[in-house]
Amino acid sequence: MDKFVTHVGTGVPLRRSNVDTDQIIPAVYLKRVTRSGFEDGLFSAWRNDPEFILNKEPFKHGTILVAGVDFGTGSSREHAVWALQNYGFKVVISSRFADIFRGNSAKGGLLTAVMPQSDVEALWDAIDANPELAITVDLDARKVAYNKVSVAFDIDDYTRWRLMEGLDDIGLTLKSIDSIDQFEKSRPLFKPLTQPSTSH
Amino acid sequence: MGKTLAEKIWQQHVVHSAAGEPDLIYIDLHLIHEVTSAQAFDGLRLAGRKVRRTDLTIATEDHNTPTLNIDKPIADPVSKLQVDTLRNNCAEFGVRLHSLGDIDQGIVHVVGPQLGLTQPGMTIVCGDSHTSTHGAFGALAFGIGTSEVEHVLATQTLPLVRPKTMAINVEGTLKPGVTSKDIILAIIAKIGTGGGQGYVLEYRGSAIRALSMEGRMTVCNMSIEAGARAGLIAPDEKTFAYIKGKTHAPAQWDEAMAYWSTLSSDADAKFDAEIAINADELAPFVTWGTNPGQGAPLNGNVPDPAAISDPEERGAAERALVYMDLTAGMPLKKIAIDTVFLGSCTNGRIEDLRSAATILDGKKIASSLRMLVVPGSARVRLQAEAEGLDKIFVAAGAEWRNAGCSMCLGMNPDQLAVGERSASTSNRNFEGRQGKGGRTHLVSPLVAAATALRGTLSSPADL
Ligand code: SF4
Repeated sequence: MDKFVTHVGTGVPLRRSNVDTDQIIPAVYLKRVTRSGFEDGLFSAWRNDPEFILNKEPFKHGTILVAGVDFGTGSSREHAVWALQNYGFKVVISSRFADIFRGNSAKGGLLTAVMPQSDVEALWDAIDANPELAITVDLDARKVAYNKVSVAFDIDDYTRWRLMEGLDDIGLTLKSIDSIDQFEKSRPLFKPLTQPSTSH
Repeated sequence: MGKTLAEKIWQQHVVHSAAGEPDLIYIDLHLIHEVTSAQAFDGLRLAGRKVRRTDLTIATEDHNTPTLNIDKPIADPVSKLQVDTLRNNCAEFGVRLHSLGDIDQGIVHVVGPQLGLTQPGMTIVCGDSHTSTHGAFGALAFGIGTSEVEHVLATQTLPLVRPKTMAINVEGTLKPGVTSKDIILAIIAKIGTGGGQGYVLEYRGSAIRALSMEGRMTVCNMSIEAGARAGLIAPDEKTFAYIKGKTHAPAQWDEAMAYWSTLSSDADAKFDAEIAINADELAPFVTWGTNPGQGAPLNGNVPDPAAISDPEERGAAERALVYMDLTAGMPLKKIAIDTVFLGSCTNGRIEDLRSAATILDGKKIASSLRMLVVPGSARVRLQAEAEGLDKIFVAAGAEWRNAGCSMCLGMNPDQLAVGERSASTSNRNFEGRQGKGGRTHLVSPLVAAATALRGTLSSPADL
């Protein structure tokens, strides 16, 4: 995973609440067996509408999605994160994310920054006033900066550290392999098995 | 101070914990299907890793599988590739798989309980948000993303931040015609699609205890629609009776029972939040909008967005009415339906089919609509046929299909056409969920059946 420290880009104001993962990427696009190529499915139903924000200049090329409350609800499909990343987004800002989406984003290296709704709205207005507005997302300082404004955003320490270091979760867990071995020895025998045990 | 059930199960599964880090949690059962696993197996292959515990892992094919002509190769080449990829991965890594045509094939959340693999006190995960279904057995069960699927395959653990707990107390007695689906739709309408975020919900109270295991699964299934990753119900005699005799019921039954009996929240346990629902007041519930929180009693009207004070919610309601092509103030019972879908991991179990069949028995569905009945698993289908339910559905004019997710998400050919309107027993009414441009009203199996007979949203009381 690439390290994420700071990102400077332009914003895309998505003034909608409750954008669920079926909207981010509909099920018909989930049939690929790779992690790439999902950008064509991103917001596909809405992209048929010429007025949709991603069909307009300069928003087409934005890298910071500024969304309404409850972004990423619904299905656990990580394809939603891949679609946003494949399209070119590095950061999503919202006042509230669905849990699974936020977890998936962290795994894939997409930064989800939580800001109070009033700050999200101020950012929407600033982008409306200047669509080319340069926005700096500084993960180290946990700040979003534009014009003369600097706003703090929330992200937990652990996720921040992992993103900044670009760390692979499985690698981290395997450091605790002895604890896992130990734990397995103490599991009760009545717990079900799906097939006869092999290695353990 | 006492502990809540979720806290007990959590604590029993901590492999490693350190300040400032998520807990490393051991996973007792990992369920797999074709849509969210391909990239995870790929990741293992790239890193040269194996599946750590094939004996705690099981796969089934459900999302893409056709419900007609299941003896033929899957017609859609992309769906076929995804299913073939699962088959190859399971063969390569030694994972048990129930393929299309196998008697234990079906929707992953119907198959687990039916095999007896879902048991109290377990941690259960699957790359699917409706894994919360298994919480009905007093298990801590939640949906995960594909990177997490890979993580569990490789390590049988997950680093997780401990969730908060919320008690949802449902006291009272449901009126006839009111079901577990109406309970959960009413809960979601009350707390909103984000209300459960960060919490494990524990459903409690006399109305929950009175539900069958199927009914409890319906409630827990839709926890995610309230924003909660997991929902659970303390196990009791009904839970134990359901598991007894199933293929994977514990051989060490008494030991298991001794443990299971400890699985309830202590009397002095403190929840981070509590809400109360009065079951006496509940009525059949339907959704009118494009998220599961946009619901109302079937006897009511389509709400007027102008009356909603929160500007975000008002905007969402306005957009939903446009998408759904509904007018504020119109009676919900006037809404004409094109397709009735009875199925999914919410309401595709035997009890759901029985209750709908009771309503349809000896009658004909309205000529203005089609009805699809899709059992949740191959075994549910066989059971229904043994009871003659298929004959009732077919005689009424409904289509009797093979098991799978089907029109719940329209990855296979079972989809709504643009502008088509369904009454669906599934769990999501998002824009385009059942097919591009399709419009979904979420309902209980009883409302689905009554609607099929009358052609407009109806409850059995209207017949
Ligand atoms: S039936 Fe629907 S909700 Fe359930 S697992 Fe299948 S697609 Fe998901």
